[in-house]
Amino acid sequence: MADSKLIVTPAPHIRGNIDTPSLMRDVVIALLPACLAGVYFFGGKALISLVAGVAGCVGAEFVFERMSKKPVTIGDWSAVVTGLLIAMVLPPHVPAWIVVLSGVFAIGIVKLLFGGLGYNVFNPALAGRAFATAAWSALAATGYIWPASAQGAAWARGIDAVTSATPLTLLKMGEIGGTSMSRFYMPLFLGNVAGSLGETSALALLIGAVYLLWRTHISLRIPMSYIITVAVVTALYGQDPLFHVLSGGLILGAFFMATDYVTSPINAKGQVIFGIGCGVLTALIRLFGGYPEGVAYSILIMNAAVPMIDRFARPKRFGEVKARA
Amino acid sequence: MPRGSFRGGIHPPENKSSTSGLPIVAAQRPSKVVVLLNMGTGSALSSLVAKGDLVHKGQKIADPIGRFGVPSHSPVSGKVAAIGAVRTGLGTMDQAITIEPDGQDTLDESCVPVENADSLSPAEIVSIIREAGIVGMGGAQFPTHVKLTLPPNAKVDALLINGAECEPYLTADHRLMVERPEDVVRGTRILMKAIGVDRAVIGVEDNKPDAVEALQRAIASAAAAGTIDVVAVRTHYPQGSEKHLIKSVLGREVAPGCLPFSVGVVVNNVGTAVAVADRFDRGLPLIERVVTVTGSGVANPANIMMKVGTSAIELIEQCGGFVGDPGKIIFGGPMMGAAVPSAEAPTTRGTSGILVLDRAESRSFEPMPCIRCGRCVELCPMRLEPALLHQWSEARLWSEAEAYHALDCIECGVCSYECPSRRNLVQAIKYAKAEIGARRRAARERGDK
Repeated sequence: MADSKLIVTPAPHIRGNIDTPSLMRDVVIALLPACLAGVYFFGGKALISLVAGVAGCVGAEFVFERMSKKPVTIGDWSAVVTGLLIAMVLPPHVPAWIVVLSGVFAIGIVKLLFGGLGYNVFNPALAGRAFATAAWSALAATGYIWPASAQGAAWARGIDAVTSATPLTLLKMGEIGGTSMSRFYMPLFLGNVAGSLGETSALALLIGAVYLLWRTHISLRIPMSYIITVAVVTALYGQDPLFHVLSGGLILGAFFMATDYVTSPINAKGQVIFGIGCGVLTALIRLFGGYPEGVAYSILIMNAAVPMIDRFARPKRFGEVKARA
Repeated sequence: MPRGSFRGGIHPPENKSSTSGLPIVAAQRPSKVVVLLNMGTGSALSSLVAKGDLVHKGQKIADPIGRFGVPSHSPVSGKVAAIGAVRTGLGTMDQAITIEPDGQDTLDESCVPVENADSLSPAEIVSIIREAGIVGMGGAQFPTHVKLTLPPNAKVDALLINGAECEPYLTADHRLMVERPEDVVRGTRILMKAIGVDRAVIGVEDNKPDAVEALQRAIASAAAAGTIDVVAVRTHYPQGSEKHLIKSVLGREVAPGCLPFSVGVVVNNVGTAVAVADRFDRGLPLIERVVTVTGSGVANPANIMMKVGTSAIELIEQCGGFVGDPGKIIFGGPMMGAAVPSAEAPTTRGTSGILVLDRAESRSFEPMPCIRCGRCVELCPMRLEPALLHQWSEARLWSEAEAYHALDCIECGVCSYECPSRRNLVQAIKYAKAEIGARRRAARERGDK
């Protein structure tokens, strides 16, 4: 009696427009302004780095999935996102083969070995960066350069002695500091300083962030709680909070890495806790740690805390508040 | 949060314009009607007639077994052609009475208006409503008399009439409010009397301004201003969910696991109010209802006043038949309705729509892994965590699912609609609910021994 041709599936029978590949593609679009800024400030080597990152990640995903006879998932764009981010968090003049190998590590070990998209505990790009800095610490350290446009600029006078030091390194070493920090605000905002390929230009990163916010792919909960926490803790310690917010990888990390869906808490309350945790750790590493910068390690440490946060920071159900009154 | 709304939810394409302006038309005479002996809520009925009997329109032909059911009446006059198993819209085989109409529509002598409606006690009104087979007409078919029978300590101060009709495509309630606002108001007044309140609010989504206007005029001419109000609420799915409409209209939140009367409200559908008016003023039990036959797979979409139990295919044929290749036939709306296995499936008192989607629109998606984007958590109107519930359900961790409040789920489907990985979230949660329920029953039975 049943028509074999009629389709019987569970409700709902209509679906929204946004799917996972389009989400990931939007993240790629949002990263492009910062990539372009990196190429503008650091030259053709930056472009090679970006290509190497994407090639390493997409290539590794393709090869490893083929080898393990699993469906190839490079079409979901998530490996492209990881590839761009790896290049962006590494120094601009790092050899291309290091970028490629970092990508292979990020995808092969950190993502696929944990079960692939959705199952990884740690942010693959940041874990790839941690891998690179541990394995080739000297190479990575010499990869930082000051943009040609900054050489000899009035605000940069007195800092060109240490050619490969980023502003945060200079601060750590006591080369800069005190009351004259405001001269760095505009260069830091535009990106005309030494730093990782995609982290220097706050302006370019914010343009991408606004796009993701407008598309409702991210909310301000993690970025704002992260950034405000860093500002508050550094200010309490007597340092210039705006310098800390604009320098290093904070803007990139807060908007594009800490907000990584897979490795951040799933509900609003947990996201704020996660952001504050990242902020406290970043500020502590910058102020008291052995490294000048702590964004990558802070986010990786908080990644490990996500299952716990998800378990304890639960949303209040409909009607729950009233029930207690 | 603005008044007239709630947190979470979505606004899917409404797709109502092809029928929202079309007056309700009478159904053509069906070749047969199938009266199910199993209500949506699971309670069974026993037949009062035998094969070959002649029945009148409105004659009681089945009585419920157990307290929660309501009787069924013959929607037509004619001959009982069969009593036996038929395939329902849910795909199950259930007992049913099949009646072949004689075309006379001879009304049963029991179908007389209630003369002394104003002097009846609440209990008498509730009993008349029960005998008329009136159930919730929004889809769930929950018996109305059960809703109206309040525990002795309940303090109820308002009746809420649900005219939200938040499901895309459906316009049956919309047309009732526009064309028969007097009956909505009349039914509302009877229902107010049944629960002893002097205040009622009709909540209507603000995409139906003509319905709001018509109701306001009807309230004024019935001199009910001040006791019955119409409130336009935001057009936002699932506004028609009982708990969310209460929140939008009255600002009250029903606590988890509680019923609306816990915040002093009883909610009934506009269709139910009209059914009550039909019983009291015209003597008619619930044997007809408005159904919206619509979708890309139907030639001429329409709102039809149909005999309950008419098969889907006969209603679709009245609308000019299929266009192209039908992929899915859905009883109800696209968000919560059920895809039926056969075009022959009989309609019920809860069938608010027959939605035919063509094959392209009926495609299903291959689920991708959860990327934990949190959209489902952000938009769940019950503020649950569907992605985690899906995880517990898939791992068959029923106690975890219960601890994450699976039983609070209203099955609106917002999570599945929004999921970028096209995961069947609400389906997994429904499954967990059923398992938790079965486990609780088993535990109770063990305790009884």
